[in-house]
Amino acid sequence: MTSIQVDIVSAEGEIFSGEAEMVFAPGQLGEIGIAPRHAPLLTKLKPGEVRVHPLDGEEQFFFVTGGILEVQPKQVTVLADSALRAEDLDEDSAFAARERAREVLEGSHAEIDIEQAQRDLVEAEARYRAAEKLKGRR
Amino acid sequence: MAVGKEIRTKITSVKNTQKITSAMEMVAASKLRKTQDRMKAARPYADGIRRVIGHLSQASPDFHNPYLEEREVKRVGYLVVTSDRGLCGSLNVNVFRALLNDIKGWQDKGAEVDLCILGAKGVAFFRRLKTNIVSVATHLGDVPKMSDLIGAITVMTDAYKAEKIDRLFLAHNIFVNTMSQTPKIATLLPVEPVDSKELQQHWDYIYEPDAAELLTDVLERYVEAQIYRAVVENIACEMASKMVAMKSATDNAGKFIDQLQVAYNKARQAAITQEISEIVGGAAAV
Repeated sequence: MTSIQVDIVSAEGEIFSGEAEMVFAPGQLGEIGIAPRHAPLLTKLKPGEVRVHPLDGEEQFFFVTGGILEVQPKQVTVLADSALRAEDLDEDSAFAARERAREVLEGSHAEIDIEQAQRDLVEAEARYRAAEKLKGRR
Repeated sequence: MAVGKEIRTKITSVKNTQKITSAMEMVAASKLRKTQDRMKAARPYADGIRRVIGHLSQASPDFHNPYLEEREVKRVGYLVVTSDRGLCGSLNVNVFRALLNDIKGWQDKGAEVDLCILGAKGVAFFRRLKTNIVSVATHLGDVPKMSDLIGAITVMTDAYKAEKIDRLFLAHNIFVNTMSQTPKIATLLPVEPVDSKELQQHWDYIYEPDAAELLTDVLERYVEAQIYRAVVENIACEMASKMVAMKSATDNAGKFIDQLQVAYNKARQAAITQEISEIVGGAAAV
């Protein structure tokens, strides 16, 4: 019985690695079943389920929000997206990041207080040390 | 005895500080292990993507993709990875110093600079400098999520695609070992081609749906993966640096306590001597 090496990885870590006799993935043009010695293939994944039939044991399911599937005759690599990559979501978070930058530039950020407090603290410490030295001289 | 009360209070306060710094040292040490594991966990994905790019560019080298093409540089972008919290030695300052040198180099050549800053410390620093900050992501925590970063990154990659910036750099710390971290500024875009000598076999993929479109997708993910890796690595650096900084703070507090203790003992002895001589003087007068 031939088998195929399956690696499911995302940017945040390895999700699955092992030998399998069959893998199913939600390709962009429809679900793909990959058996050992499949022709080299590169495709985008839709959000959906990746199913792995391991050599022994139960079928395993993984949910991916999208990604890239690379197939080589003896190896399948699923490069899963860990972030939701829906275009509108990206736009929203891009907008939020820009907003934050503007807030920072305008200087109306809640964190300034903490920064200021830290600076004050450093100054107070310096003053304390100076007082310390003066005392020693007396 | 009223003698040396100030010194005693001070000893207590330094001891309290010492407790805090040594606790922080231990926290940083335990976090360091986890962040190092996370750093390793990000590697398979980055390697996988790099291999795919290698295969792709070898299979069809005539693709034109904005991510791969060199342009004349009129404006550069920097992604600056810094820590969210301080008390980690000179970690952030080293990056800033390297970055300011680099920025100055580009400005001398007449290029303008846009910044994308990840981490609160970088925001605080560059706000004072009045540089052009385009996007910001802070408070990523010890376990950064790709979804928290992607917004800030997209602003920069979009600017690159729209040819608003012609080059994108990534500035962050490299984790050499626990004792040393070095700042590094690497070119992110355009993507440097993978050396095809690394790959032995030659074949072409079946592409679904379209090779050019796939290449763009893969390159985008590659850039994001590199940034994610840099962020994770920087957190490991932060923890290592914090550990070392807190260790030396604890040691210093110990030395300080010793000095204060000596001062206290001397003051106490002086007070006793004075009291005795007063008694003796008093007795002699009678």
